Amino acid sequence: MRLADAEVVDTFAEAFPMWGARIVITAESAGWAGEAARSVTGFATSVIGCKCEAGVERVLDPAETPDGRPGVSVLLFAPDRDGLAKRLVERVGQSVLTCPTTACFSGLEGEETVDVGGQLRYFGDGYQASKVLDGRRYWRVPVMEGEFLVQERFAVAEGVAGGNIIMLGRDSASALRAAEAAAAAMRTVREVILPFPGGIARSGSKVGSRYSGLMASTNDVLCPTLRAQVANSAVPPDVGSVFEIVIDGLTLEAVTEAMARGLHAAARSGASQVTAGNYGGNLGPHHIALKDLVPGPGED
Amino acid sequence: MLTLALREQPTVPLETEGLTPDHLATCRHDEVESLTVWHGNRRAQVGDFFAVSGDSGEELRVEGDLRRVKFLGAGMTAGRLTIAGDAGMHTGAGMRGGELVVEGAVGDFAGVGMRGGRLIVEGSAGHHIGGARQGERAGMRGGEIFVHGDAGDQVGAGLRRGLIAVAGRVGDVAGLRMLAGTIVALGGLGARPGAGMRRGSIVAMSPVTLLPTFALASTYRPPFLRLYLRHLRALGLPVTDEQIDGSYARWSGDGVDLRRGEILILDSERALA
Repeated sequence: MRLADAEVVDTFAEAFPMWGARIVITAESAGWAGEAARSVTGFATSVIGCKCEAGVERVLDPAETPDGRPGVSVLLFAPDRDGLAKRLVERVGQSVLTCPTTACFSGLEGEETVDVGGQLRYFGDGYQASKVLDGRRYWRVPVMEGEFLVQERFAVAEGVAGGNIIMLGRDSASALRAAEAAAAAMRTVREVILPFPGGIARSGSKVGSRYSGLMASTNDVLCPTLRAQVANSAVPPDVGSVFEIVIDGLTLEAVTEAMARGLHAAARSGASQVTAGNYGGNLGPHHIALKDLVPGPGED
Repeated sequence: MLTLALREQPTVPLETEGLTPDHLATCRHDEVESLTVWHGNRRAQVGDFFAVSGDSGEELRVEGDLRRVKFLGAGMTAGRLTIAGDAGMHTGAGMRGGELVVEGAVGDFAGVGMRGGRLIVEGSAGHHIGGARQGERAGMRGGEIFVHGDAGDQVGAGLRRGLIAVAGRVGDVAGLRMLAGTIVALGGLGARPGAGMRRGSIVAMSPVTLLPTFALASTYRPPFLRLYLRHLRALGLPVTDEQIDGSYARWSGDGVDLRRGEILILDSERALA
């Protein structure tokens, strides 16, 4: 089927459950909140190599944050609840606790929680103190700058990972332009993140490798330079470059909405073809068909 | 809403433990009227003093000149109790949940031994609010007490957990031997605050004369305090931007004990700078 100037392949993205948490970082200035957010979401592009996937959800107005200071909302995903708890402790401990003027809060509510501040408090070496307000416990950890405030327990929820669209273009510039437009459109959706650099991955992968012990390797069927070598290449003759955007979200609805907005933006920004990655339907329970997204976000 | 209207002020204190919304939620009028109260040392019934009207439910309203009525709302666990006017001693003592609103003033020992819930006093409070029951070391163990007027001496004595905030002036020896928890005095703090405190926080918005066993640590902006002050403002207490954004001198004490407690005093000069 066609959408604007692009052909939309009749396929689907295969998404699967992943545990997620929302981290709200506040600071004296939006700049320092942003620094902490960039650090805490660094090296978190894929669970394959980073054990988690993370990204900035959005910048928060002071009126939206627990302490009334400028803030940033970050989403972090990991394959299981315990793994998520470990990543939260590591990343909040190394990237937020260390960052000037910051405080850190759970941005989700719910019964399912993991201990974050309760672990980080030990950095206080016995001088830490807790406060309970409105049923939530916070830890005050003395640091050289002053004091780091962190919520004890962070709510976690089963989210959705692996939403994706793949954009093919005539050359690298046009494909990247389409991907950039898609990423920008997707960022307008709440409850999702795009974990790759700038939201865009140039190195989509397939499961496994000819080398033992390697979990993933290059997605050869979509590498334009291998079109003449790979028997089942999916790269059309007029395509010179391919990019992928991966979407993780707190809900399937948010991931689907982000895909829809990205698909339409890419199709109107130079993509010659838009497709999606899946594993033949064998991996994830959520199949998001591109044809269902063509009517457009919010349209029937 | 069930309403109990006091017919006339009792000649001696009337003790009314059990007159709580959770306890009366399923009672018929005749059952409420037959509940026991103590008029001095004489056993009496609710119906001897109160006119009962309205429907039972999660809300209870008590009306009249209740200054000699003690233990109103004591031990309540849920629901909402409104006291239309002044209330006597031990109001809300041992509360575990729900919300108790006193539209006037309360006597001494309000909220002693509280473990949860919220006690709101729209007028002033007497001495020993949020303190310990007689014979106990620890005072309030949870919940919140908000006083919109002034409060007497020994606010939060033995406080172990929870929040006490007073919009007006707090009397002497607030936080005596407190173990933890938070006391916020928005309108001034009397002499010797925090005497013998082990842990916990006392927050003052105006200069305070401290015991010599407190030592100045630093002046900074405590991140947790922003949460607390915004919480209090949202609940209608008169918290200013200067107080939320301000710097506070942190005094550690009491040196006669662990010195793990703190008294935070708003540094008005820095706040205005």
